[in-house]
Amino acid sequence: MTTELISLVVNGEAHQVLVKPNWTLLDVLRDELNLTGTKRGCDTGCCGACTVIVDGKTVNSCLMLAMKADGRNILTIEGLARGDKLHPIQEAFIEKGALQCGFCTPGMVLSAKALLDENPSPTEEDIKTAIAGNLCRCTGYIQIIEAIQAAARNLAGSASRR
Amino acid sequence: MSLPKFAYFVPATIEEACRLLRQHNGRAKIIAGGTDLIVSMRERLIAAEYLVDITRIPGLDSIGHDAHSGLNIGALCTHGQIESSRLIRQRFAVLAQAAHTIGAVQVRNLGTIGGNLCHAAPSADSAPALLALDARARTFSLQGGRILGLEDFFTGPGGTALKPDEILTAIEVPNPPAGYAGIYLKHSPRQAMDLAVVGVAVVLCLAEDGLTCSDARIALGAVAPTPIRARQAEGLLRGKKLDDDVIKESARAAAEAARPISDIRGSAEYRKEIVAVLTGRGIEQAMREARQKVRRKGKS
Repeated sequence: MTTELISLVVNGEAHQVLVKPNWTLLDVLRDELNLTGTKRGCDTGCCGACTVIVDGKTVNSCLMLAMKADGRNILTIEGLARGDKLHPIQEAFIEKGALQCGFCTPGMVLSAKALLDENPSPTEEDIKTAIAGNLCRCTGYIQIIEAIQAAARNLAGSASRR
Repeated sequence: MSLPKFAYFVPATIEEACRLLRQHNGRAKIIAGGTDLIVSMRERLIAAEYLVDITRIPGLDSIGHDAHSGLNIGALCTHGQIESSRLIRQRFAVLAQAAHTIGAVQVRNLGTIGGNLCHAAPSADSAPALLALDARARTFSLQGGRILGLEDFFTGPGGTALKPDEILTAIEVPNPPAGYAGIYLKHSPRQAMDLAVVGVAVVLCLAEDGLTCSDARIALGAVAPTPIRARQAEGLLRGKKLDDDVIKESARAAAEAARPISDIRGSAEYRKEIVAVLTGRGIEQAMREARQKVRRKGKS
C-alpha cells in the first residue's frame, strides 16, 4: 500500500502527515499526532468516544478515513482549554459531576460544544438529540445534561458581559 | 478490527470517477460518507481493492428547488444537511423527519443520501420517504445518464440497478400537490443509533371538504428485500372519506403487502403487526395535518 501526504489543521496547528489509505482520522490523531484524548471505543461508529469536530461539525473519527481529513480543520478535546484555563463546558462537567470513568467525556464535551456553537440556548430535548450518539455507561446522562445546561448559561452570561 | 488494505483514488470529475470504476471493474467501490462502507469493510462484509472517493467532485452536494421540476438533492448531501434544510423542512417535511431518524448527529454529518440509497439496506430510512414522494434517481455514466423511478432503483438487499461504472448523482422529487401532508414513522427499540425494525412513510392529500382523500402514497421499509410501496393500501384510501374503518382496512392491506423476514430485530409476524400499527398512525397524523392545511386555505 502506498503512503500519501495529507495536510490538516488540528487545534489550530498545521500538520503534514504521511498516511496509509486504510488509516482513519482516529488512527492519525492517536498514533501519529499523539493526541490520545480522542478515545477508540467501538471502532464502528456506534459509541461516539472518538467524536471530534471537523470544519464545525461533529463526526465519528473512526468512520472518517485519514485521506478525507486532507485540507480539513479539526478540533479535538486537547484544543479546548486555553493553557491552564479550562473551557466553560469542561468546567461545567466537573462542577456537575458529569463524568466518572471519563472515557466518553472527550466526545461528549465536543458534541456539547458543537451544539452550543450552533444553538446557544438549547432545550433539554435539543441536548438529548445532540448527545444521542455518545454512549456513557457510568453517569446515567442526567448530570451530563445538567452540565451542558449550566455551560450554556455560563457561556451566555460571559457573552452578555462582553 | 483494522481496515483491510486498498488503494484510494480521489477523482476531481465525475467522468474520471466513472473511468476508474470501469478500469477496476467489480473490484472498486465508491466511497462517499463512508458510514456504512467503512463498517462493512472493517467487519469483512464488503471487500474492495480500490476505493473511489467522489466527495471532492464539485456540484454533487447541493439542494435546489424549482417551481417546475421540483426538489433536486445532490447525492452527496448529508442527512444533517437534509434534516436542517429550511426548504425540505417546510415543503418536504417527511424527508427531513426520515433523515433525522438516521444514526445520531455524528453519523448524519458524514452519511449521505446517495450512500444511504446505494447501500440499499431494506431498512434505509431515506427510502420510504422518497418512495412516498415519488422520487427519481438520476445517474451518470460514460454512456450517458439515466433517470430511474426509485422503485426500480432497488433490486434486493444491498443491490441496486446501477451498472458497475454508473454513479448516482442526484435525487429528484416532483412538487407534491399543495396542501399535502407526509409523515415518516420508524419503529426501533432505541430512539437513536438504531436501524428501523419497520419504517412507514405516508403521504396524502385531502379534497376541499377536508375529509375525502384525493391522493395517497404509502411506502414501507425493513419489511421486504427492498423498500416497497403498498399500492393496495393506497388504493383503499383514494376517493374515500377517511374514517376509522377505512384507515383500519388500509393499515391491514399495508401489513399484507409486507414480506418481512424474522431476524434479531423482530419476527416476521411482529413486523407485519407493526406495519399495520404505524400505517394507521401515519394516515391519522398525515390526515390531521392535511386537514389543517385545507382549513387554512379555506380561510384565506
